[in-house]
Amino acid sequence: MENSKNQAHSCGGQCSCGSKKDGVNQVFEKKSDRRGMLKQLGLGFFTAAAAVNSSCSVTSGEDSKAKADMNWEEYFKGNYKLMSKEERLETIGRLERLYEVNNGTKINVSSKDAHQDVLYGYAFNISKCQGYMDCINACVQENNQDRSSEMQYIRIHEHQNGQMNFENADDNFFHEVPASGHFYMGTQCYHCENPPCVEVCPVEATWKEKDGIVVIDYDWCIGCRYCMAACPYDGRRFNWNEPQVPEQEVNKDQHYLGNRLRKKGVMEKCTFCVQRSRSGKNPACVEACPTGARIFGNLLDPESEIRWVLENKKVFRLKEDLGTEPKFWYFMD
Amino acid sequence: MKIFLHLIKDGLGAALIGGKRYHFWMGALTLLMLFGAFCYSVQLQEGLAVTGMSDRVSWGLYISNFTFLVGVAAAAVMLVLPTYVLKDTDFSRAVLIGEGLAVAALVMCLAFVVVDLGGPARAWHLIPVIGTFNWPNSMLAWDVLVLNGYLFINITIPMYILYTRYRGKTPDKRIYIPGVLISVFWAVGIHMVTAFLYAGLPARPFWNNALLGPRFLASAFAAGPALIILVLEVIRKYTEYSIADTTIRKISMVVTVAAQINLIMLFSELFKEFYFPTHHSSSAVYLYFGLDGKNALTPWVYTALVLNIVGTGILTLNSLRKNFKWLSLACILLFIGIWIDKGMGLIIPGFIPGPWGKVVEYAPSWVEIGVTLGVWAMGCFVFTVLVKAAIPIETGKMRYKGS
Repeated sequence: MENSKNQAHSCGGQCSCGSKKDGVNQVFEKKSDRRGMLKQLGLGFFTAAAAVNSSCSVTSGEDSKAKADMNWEEYFKGNYKLMSKEERLETIGRLERLYEVNNGTKINVSSKDAHQDVLYGYAFNISKCQGYMDCINACVQENNQDRSSEMQYIRIHEHQNGQMNFENADDNFFHEVPASGHFYMGTQCYHCENPPCVEVCPVEATWKEKDGIVVIDYDWCIGCRYCMAACPYDGRRFNWNEPQVPEQEVNKDQHYLGNRLRKKGVMEKCTFCVQRSRSGKNPACVEACPTGARIFGNLLDPESEIRWVLENKKVFRLKEDLGTEPKFWYFMD
Repeated sequence: MKIFLHLIKDGLGAALIGGKRYHFWMGALTLLMLFGAFCYSVQLQEGLAVTGMSDRVSWGLYISNFTFLVGVAAAAVMLVLPTYVLKDTDFSRAVLIGEGLAVAALVMCLAFVVVDLGGPARAWHLIPVIGTFNWPNSMLAWDVLVLNGYLFINITIPMYILYTRYRGKTPDKRIYIPGVLISVFWAVGIHMVTAFLYAGLPARPFWNNALLGPRFLASAFAAGPALIILVLEVIRKYTEYSIADTTIRKISMVVTVAAQINLIMLFSELFKEFYFPTHHSSSAVYLYFGLDGKNALTPWVYTALVLNIVGTGILTLNSLRKNFKWLSLACILLFIGIWIDKGMGLIIPGFIPGPWGKVVEYAPSWVEIGVTLGVWAMGCFVFTVLVKAAIPIETGKMRYKGS
């Protein structure tokens, strides 16, 4: 009874997939007799895998028992896209508790949905960018990116005047900026309206939200990296090792689909700082840019700055021939 | 059921018996597998950072081998079809070997996909119904389906045939012919689907071409049967299982035609890339000439080119093809040539240059090579056990004795 009810609402209004698709959340939903269900399903293998998974670093006592239980439930939870509201709150509760048990400090993980009548877009002013890279630093700190591998969502390409050929541009420069005779262009995830990365994911671990943000469920991703091969814009990053962020540097204001801490072997990327943008703030890169080259806003709001740019500037997008419809425009003053 | 258990027992018993060479072979494979398992444990512990892959080149040796082996698996069909459907009895003794090879190749394919995953513990998300399976949108979801389906078909058909023979009966055609027909289409399917996995990515112009699927098939039907010829030569030399010269001759015709078509397609690709090179030819330029002074793959691809041309040349000359020594040589050349061409030579340049033109090269790490060797050893091990068990049943030496 309860199961069928949850199935009907399993999408939580998040996606257009309809409610017939199943997730492990539906299968494992009955909390009352989880173990019985497991036996019924004959998932001995998963049981063993999860036991190994949850037994790591278990010592003794009540806390570790609770921790093991939480790890167990985390392992068997379903795809966020298909979770009901309650299930989302449950997993977030577990994640917050686990972080507290492990680190002694509290984090706040949000599950805020997309707002009505909002579609995010981004514009980049080529005339203004000087290549200072404050955006990159702000992004790394805001989004808890792995410090050990120096992961960065944004790349700043230094072009020579007289051409805009990315093959001749340098995205890895270490000299004083702005260098004379050069101009700068930033690239990152473009949050395409027609994203090829979403199409290819074998487990629907990445999808486009109603406000146009392309997100990843870090706990559902299996790390096959097919999305990375499918992205024409180099927008995605992979955790090749266990990501490391010093505890005191962790941004504790998090979103499930945004900057919460990732683990080794999963994809991540720019989310237009979903934890900020859905709270009415600008993404960290926009706020950090000292030249005002970055503009972010609601494409559906005729009064927004981004709409003003699209209507009054000569804008263009990159690799438009691929039909991915990026929501990221470039323009010049 | 009881008889089936006896079959398994007798089969495994047969696999344990062998001469010194045989035990040495199996011992070496076991050692390699253990080494591979050790390397994989390092990778599990440290993450994929211990491989040569990076955000710039995100697929490497694993996916290269996977791609090549799908072709080997698909090639079993070239023996299955004539034997079971066209009643060409010449192939019948080779066909079980071919199917055993398909099973071993598929086991390796699945293993290569698993070792490439960042989160193998979460692989259950791929299981339909329990996980979320992005079918029909994702070609990788298709690939999971068709590969497992093909594995199932290639286990059940030979199992049924061996089981009935074991009981001293003749297999019923009405039961296995439909399965054989399905497997024929399925074999083409697994390879086309695997090609579409790459061809469906406009982000990678090197792969995004309509010829990829057909070329996959042509190269598979050259490399797969070439391997079967080599295996048959070994089997008839070291076991009492006799295989007629005509069988090998017929298979060599398959290899010849497929290798010729493969070469024509290769030249067609080269023409398109180099007659008037565009932005989209950069990967081919990198592969054959190097870009920005970086040319790690160039020696490999020219080796492949030479091997393919020489191998195909030998096969094309009647007098050489009919000489078994030359035939074996040609098969070895082709197998290695296609392994390079369709493995590293296809997968790596897809990522170089990157989407913004950055040229970052890739070279497999020792851990990666160790895991790869381990998976190949596992495939050889599986194949050897299967063949060792199947041969005595086929020759009638092993029969159910009853209780």
